[in-house]
Amino acid sequence: MAETIHLPIGPQHPFLKEPAKFDFDIQGEEIVGARMNIGYNHRGLEKLCEERNYYQCLYILERICGICSHSHTTAFCQATEKLLGLELPKRGLYLRTLVCELERLHSHLLWIGVAAHEVGFDSLFMLVWRDRELVMDALEAISGNRVNYAFNTIGGVRRDLSDEQRKKILALLQPLIDRLEYYTNIGSHEPSFEARVRGVGRLSKQHAIDMCTVGPFARASGVDRDARRDAPHAAYPDLEFKVITSEECDIFGRVLVRVLEMVESCKMIKQILDGLPEGDFVAPKVMRRVPAGAAISYYEAPRGEDIHYVRGNGTEKPERVKVRAPTMANLEAACESVVGSFVADIPIAIASIDPCFSCTDRTSVVLNDRRRGRRVTTWGELRTYGIDWYRRNRGIHF
Amino acid sequence: MFEGLKRWARKKSPWVLHFNSGACNACDIEILAALMPHYDLERFGVLLKATPRHADVLLCSGPATKQIAPRLQRIYEQMPEPKFVVAVGACACSGGAFRGCYNVLEGVDQVIPVSAYIPGCPIKPEALIDGVAKLLGKI
Repeated sequence: MAETIHLPIGPQHPFLKEPAKFDFDIQGEEIVGARMNIGYNHRGLEKLCEERNYYQCLYILERICGICSHSHTTAFCQATEKLLGLELPKRGLYLRTLVCELERLHSHLLWIGVAAHEVGFDSLFMLVWRDRELVMDALEAISGNRVNYAFNTIGGVRRDLSDEQRKKILALLQPLIDRLEYYTNIGSHEPSFEARVRGVGRLSKQHAIDMCTVGPFARASGVDRDARRDAPHAAYPDLEFKVITSEECDIFGRVLVRVLEMVESCKMIKQILDGLPEGDFVAPKVMRRVPAGAAISYYEAPRGEDIHYVRGNGTEKPERVKVRAPTMANLEAACESVVGSFVADIPIAIASIDPCFSCTDRTSVVLNDRRRGRRVTTWGELRTYGIDWYRRNRGIHF
Repeated sequence: MFEGLKRWARKKSPWVLHFNSGACNACDIEILAALMPHYDLERFGVLLKATPRHADVLLCSGPATKQIAPRLQRIYEQMPEPKFVVAVGACACSGGAFRGCYNVLEGVDQVIPVSAYIPGCPIKPEALIDGVAKLLGKI
């Protein structure tokens, strides 16, 4: 039996685009254990939201993550609209969904590029990122910005779509669909690419369900779960789309699921643009004070299900905003899926969940973990411990 | 003459290291987009490196969270002289949207000396190219 070597990676490492720390136990070339340490990106945005009003919160929540910025504002808007009991105009919902799907396209294209880069296929990386600029142009045409769109507002969206813009996006769509066909071909038939991703980072269907994975990561393990269909929101009930799943259970499956999802996104964008209803794009009157109550909203972000919990207390500011980003749900399973692979597979295996640590780093939670001797300390216990510590070590006794 | 040669070499091929010091990813993907074929920062000789020991310019995005500050300091110390730091984005310049959060510092310059600031939330790739070109002009 080979000696177990401890291999720390991070917080700054070429394969990590964001700061996070991974600890791997390796025996020879094989990984036998993986742990992670996150929190380098924790900024405390949930706390900041409590000091801002609902409209200012939109700008804060948009900056949780630059890649899926529209997801977080959509989820937050939906929760707030539930609290307000608002009925949204159809056109507003359609425009919101349009940006959702464009964002999914740009996020998945970005991921395909990063994944290609991690396996050393740099020419594909460059090509994909060139085509991604088409989507960025469309987003810039709609919202005026490339990354943080500031498109959502409570009760609808902030800008209307002119007929000229609509035609421009439709024109951009066709070349993109052609390119996607090419990438589907590369993803499924290029032997050198396949050799790097097939059978790597395996996660069985049962494991995927047990570990509560979400998004394309779960769908690539055969879990048929998609918040767009299961928890209808925005304009998704009106649209026709397939939920892509794959039984491959490895990184190959994750590539396929993401590429085919992009094709579905293109179809949805076409449906939205063709059937864009007339009318208002934002609800005419929105109260600034949000009634007391709590609401949860689900949203299928590019990386999986994004959950926002908003509690209002009758004022202009939310009492509590809680964000459960999709990467948080997937990280544990990612560590599990790496076990059994080789050291050379670490970059692509971790990248295969499309990790986004700025989404993830919300708050630290210590779970009851009897095995490692960790447990939750209650407030009372902490108080008793503090008094006791000072009595023993400093001689302070009241 | 040797000094002149050194200066020329630095100006013609600055190698950059990108470090996310607590940003929201937006500036990071724009930095990457600037290095990709569409904007092609590489035509100025700018090359993205993976380790601080090879880098001349540190592109810092993010307001520097408290956890990352000591690591940022260490990465800066690992870079060979002469070294330049570019604060990319409004939050790296001054804290930006995250100003007032309990876990962030107000800008990268609280931790390490900064040579150039590129404001914007997020920056556009054009802004990054402009900023880096201006920095190279100063060298």
